[in-house]
Amino acid sequence: MAEAVLDPAVPTAAAVPERTASSLSAGQRLALKYFAVAMVLFVAQMFFGLLAGLQFLFPEFLYGVLDFNVNRMVHINAMIVWMLYGFIGSIYWLVEDEAGVELVGAKLANINFWVLTSAVAVVVVVFLVVQVGPGNQTSIWFINEGREYIEAPRWADIGIVVCMLVFFYTVAGTFMKGRWSGISGTLVLDLIALAGLYLAGMFYTTNLSVDQFWWWWVVHLWVEATWEVLVGCIMAWGLMKTLGARREIVTTWLYIEVALMFGAGILGLGHHYFWIGTPEYWLGIGGFFSALEPIPLVAMVVHAVYDSGRHGFQSRNHPALAWLIAHAFGNFLGAGVWGFIHTLPQINLYTHGTQWTTSHGHLAFFGAYATIVIALIYIALQRWRGDVWMSGDLADRGWKWKWSLGLLNVGMLGMTIALLIAGYEQSFIERAIGGSTWAAYFEGQTQPWFVQGMQWRMIFGVVMTVGLALLLWDMLTIGRGEKRPAKEVHAPEARVG
Amino acid sequence: MSSEVWWASQDFWRKCAIFVTAFMFLVLILLTFHSLAAITAGQDRVPAYSVINHRIDYVFDEDRNMKVPVIGEEAPLFGEVLTEEEARALVDLGKLTVQAKNCMNCHTLLGNGAYYAPDLTKAWLDPGWGNEQARELLMTMFLKDPKTNARTYGTNRRMPDLGVTDEEVRGIIAFLKWMSAVDTNGFPQGFEPLPQGGA
Repeated sequence: MAEAVLDPAVPTAAAVPERTASSLSAGQRLALKYFAVAMVLFVAQMFFGLLAGLQFLFPEFLYGVLDFNVNRMVHINAMIVWMLYGFIGSIYWLVEDEAGVELVGAKLANINFWVLTSAVAVVVVVFLVVQVGPGNQTSIWFINEGREYIEAPRWADIGIVVCMLVFFYTVAGTFMKGRWSGISGTLVLDLIALAGLYLAGMFYTTNLSVDQFWWWWVVHLWVEATWEVLVGCIMAWGLMKTLGARREIVTTWLYIEVALMFGAGILGLGHHYFWIGTPEYWLGIGGFFSALEPIPLVAMVVHAVYDSGRHGFQSRNHPALAWLIAHAFGNFLGAGVWGFIHTLPQINLYTHGTQWTTSHGHLAFFGAYATIVIALIYIALQRWRGDVWMSGDLADRGWKWKWSLGLLNVGMLGMTIALLIAGYEQSFIERAIGGSTWAAYFEGQTQPWFVQGMQWRMIFGVVMTVGLALLLWDMLTIGRGEKRPAKEVHAPEARVG
Repeated sequence: MSSEVWWASQDFWRKCAIFVTAFMFLVLILLTFHSLAAITAGQDRVPAYSVINHRIDYVFDEDRNMKVPVIGEEAPLFGEVLTEEEARALVDLGKLTVQAKNCMNCHTLLGNGAYYAPDLTKAWLDPGWGNEQARELLMTMFLKDPKTNARTYGTNRRMPDLGVTDEEVRGIIAFLKWMSAVDTNGFPQGFEPLPQGGA
């Protein structure tokens, strides 16, 4: 019975009732909070990315005030955290619908949100104000751990683990109280792995090889394994909600993706073990399995496009579906193709630690994760605004969501290509010709192809910024004043059998 | 339709997902035990910390078809031979300082990090220091006052003054020397170290 209230796929009466946040369920209200913080952090990511990009062109810019390492650290950490917030928000959005009962421990979950958000704010302020500390454990515990992507000081690590346990308790508890499905089972198991892996990054060692060995457990097995499965779950649910795709179909695809993703991605970890001191067998294992990593991403594209075509692109939420399709292609191109092009050790020997990685990183994180979080936010907004019409023929022709989609994706693709050209040049000049010395590094950094690559990256970064501004404007306005109810799509369960 | 053929059945793929994941994870665990044993300091691939008491070279190995670090005669850092424990403590101070000063968000270490400044994997061996005799002094001067002693090679990208103490400078240099002796399977490609020996 709770399901009838919570399922947005069930069409409402012709007259759309005015809704406020209070008419949403506890999980949905919480999801909106997570989404709001995610978007604030998205803005922060963009802002500090622009500053860091400018410093490549004008090294004196903010020198000694906000140095490149600070801007870059905030840039990548804002990204990681906003994506985590987006995932948590997405899961809180779908958990009650999927379980068929109200959120377990809603009050605790709400407190958890404020604790986590306060901790994130403190960490960012310390990053920006204190920046660096003396070479001792106190710095590692309270200022900055100094390890890319997981710079959060140790106290925050412990706080994050506690908050994740609370999050896990509320989500798993809700499924246990309600009903289980293939999607929720996969999701909960994946969350256990995701939380467990974070522990691998929570210790200090003098030995840099051991340090980086475990550091990659966190970074790779999050980004190239557990995060992918997590978005696979969100995608499966999203396709049911936007298109009315059959549960049986999306669940089977999800299992296929998990088998292929973990089948390739777990030992694909080896492509980070080529050059950090680890034995030579990783060259073969890492090269082989990471070359297979694009396959599940192809499966995701086929799945999403086939389902969309099967339903004649008749969706109840056009912006969300468009971003889901952008996710399928972005994930395949950014994580799959851009990862594959430099994953074989013979190539990686020249490209490792150059702008190739930057190019891949940008398109992969955006294509695989930013896109799907934005899709889920649109699904949430539709419900929040009263299950209103969000298909074709919007009041303003939907220009804001269409232009923001276009600008963000074109901006990111342009930036990716610019960085790739810079990376090619760097591999040639610094590595192949110059022999990787410091002089060769700087020789590479001053060549026209590199400098122009950085300039174009900046230009496309500005394009993305305009896209982000439009996106936020659209999120604040879409569906307001809309009187038509959401387009009716077939509820998934109704089609089974 | 999907339930009619085994390869499209949900049950088949669920089992596949479980077994494939479990198997791959098991293989990873086994390889992890082996790799961790191989990269413990003092084993084949990662040197003991007291390697900072020795000359480190980087030469081509015919059998492996790649360049490998070669540990040579005694050449103590700052002219002082350290015990294994003293060396570990000094390298540890360097590693802590490299983390606390957030070096990795400009530089790369073993190729990992950010790309605003050069890779530090073989920084100890970089020909830019001129020769072995000048190296320790030049590195110390640079780390102590990177603004004045900037090495930007025409890019105008200067390292900020990170306020490192004298002891931290010694630690960083010890850490860089130790790192240059890690066997990185020939990374970075084609690297030619500064001239070894010679007075």
